[in-house]
Amino acid sequence: MPRYEPVIGFEVHVELCTNTKIFCGCSTRFGAPPNTQVCPVCLGMPGVLPVVNRKAVEFAIRTAIALNCGITKYTTFDRKNYYYPDLPKNYQISQNYASLGTSGWVDIDVNGTVKRVRINNVHLEEDAGKLLHPEIPGANYSLVDLNRAGTPLVEIVSEPDLGTADEALAYMNTLKNLLEYIEVSDCKMQEGRLRFEVNISLRESGAAKLGTKVEIKNLNSMKTALKCIGHETRRQTALLERGEKVFQETRLWDEAASVTRAMRSKEVAHDYRYFPDPDLVEIHITDEWQEQVRAHLPELPDAKRQRFIAEYDLPEYDARLLTASKTVATYYERAAAAHNNPKAISNWMMTEVLRELRERDIEPDDFPLKPEGLAAIVEMIDDARISGKIAKDVFAKAAQSGRDPGEIVNAEGLLQVTDTGEIEKWVDEAIAENPDMVAKVKAGQTKTFQALVGQIMKKSRGKANPALVNELLKSRIP
Amino acid sequence: MNGISPELVRHVALLSRLELSEGETCRFGDDLANILDYVAKLNELDTSSIPPTSHSFKMSNVFREDVVQPSLTNPEALANAPDAENDCFKVPAVIQEL
Repeated sequence: MPRYEPVIGFEVHVELCTNTKIFCGCSTRFGAPPNTQVCPVCLGMPGVLPVVNRKAVEFAIRTAIALNCGITKYTTFDRKNYYYPDLPKNYQISQNYASLGTSGWVDIDVNGTVKRVRINNVHLEEDAGKLLHPEIPGANYSLVDLNRAGTPLVEIVSEPDLGTADEALAYMNTLKNLLEYIEVSDCKMQEGRLRFEVNISLRESGAAKLGTKVEIKNLNSMKTALKCIGHETRRQTALLERGEKVFQETRLWDEAASVTRAMRSKEVAHDYRYFPDPDLVEIHITDEWQEQVRAHLPELPDAKRQRFIAEYDLPEYDARLLTASKTVATYYERAAAAHNNPKAISNWMMTEVLRELRERDIEPDDFPLKPEGLAAIVEMIDDARISGKIAKDVFAKAAQSGRDPGEIVNAEGLLQVTDTGEIEKWVDEAIAENPDMVAKVKAGQTKTFQALVGQIMKKSRGKANPALVNELLKSRIP
Repeated sequence: MNGISPELVRHVALLSRLELSEGETCRFGDDLANILDYVAKLNELDTSSIPPTSHSFKMSNVFREDVVQPSLTNPEALANAPDAENDCFKVPAVIQEL
């Protein structure tokens, strides 16, 4: 056991998929030309007044409910003051004194073991703009695009309940899936819709006392977050082993060098001087409002899992795997609706489909073989039109090309042979060609019997019905 | 009287991005101390039974619906910028401070 173990917590920023910004009517569409989705409010002009987007509040309530948080009845906005050019008002409107959701939890599955991670709070805030650094060497200026300034964010703050990179990855994946399930964000990490900040400290393995915590900002993907956790664990371990101290500080991830770097302490003096925003009145979340949001909550992973077990008669294991991601669950449901053999379709999903998605690193929506095509393959097996082995080939072809599986079977003459006469011919040939094997089967070697079946299947190029082959071979070799 | 050290004045000045001379640092220390003393009079009131208030009138749930409104054009947005380039606001380099 290593001498030190990491203690990890997360702050996750989620851009909500509202049409407009949190305090003004500017669009939040990604990819518009610079500074074209801005107005006096999000530019921080003097004298303007912010007005809260109701939808953003509802999405935050939805998120808090999904994370089992208590909902704060009277929630308020505060100003977090700091100077940075991507923040035109010189303060960010956030929630400090009365966060919308508090004291929640989420269960994560770490390689088959369920672990509960506590959520400290869920709160609303506005995103900052984007700084562009000119690529001219020695350039002494930066460019600011404020299209993103004022995009609604939900920040999810966990307790430091994670102890390994595996747990951290499971937590990030669970949150992403959950947020997709409740339809508050599309979570596109390449567009910065989901961003991570990690806090990490080391403690003596097994000890209760926490070490000094370091925060790392600027993590735009799960892969980066994991690399950063690995690097920071090694860095802090080396410090402690040399008898040095870990400083409480904020560090930045430097992707090019794959290291974390300290920010200059002067610039990050944590002195935000939070105070209630006088321009924004409190939000009263009544029980009725909360119930209304709860009633319209899309089906959550746990509920969907229970339903899959009840409705499709699937084992717990299958249901858990199929509902881990909403897009996978939707793919499965479409396939199951197209052909009534939910367990067989589940097996194909868990082995073939999920493997293909993983290997190609794509979402089900981008998978060439549509759910109805997968259902057609299973249906052809169930109707004894193709064997399981042929089905694998058809799947591989359809998964590459998106061609219709039925059409592949017809075009390539893969239909299963159930004509006893034709199969008898292959059986007799195989017996004639392999007298030694026949002798062994007669001596009672079941393994050789299977090998002989294999010979016959090969002669049929996989098309003979295996049950018929078995039957006929048994009758030929008593 | 509240003592405001020169270090504290310099810290507050940094947070406000103000550059102060030695003389100013000294003078603002006294000024700030006087202001705090003045406001401290309020501490003489017993407010233990009064909840903290951040707004002078009771009002809640002022919302807008999630409907896109026209934004400014890019030239309008940049009209007051001291400097601009490539449709963006141009500001002193911050990459080192990031």
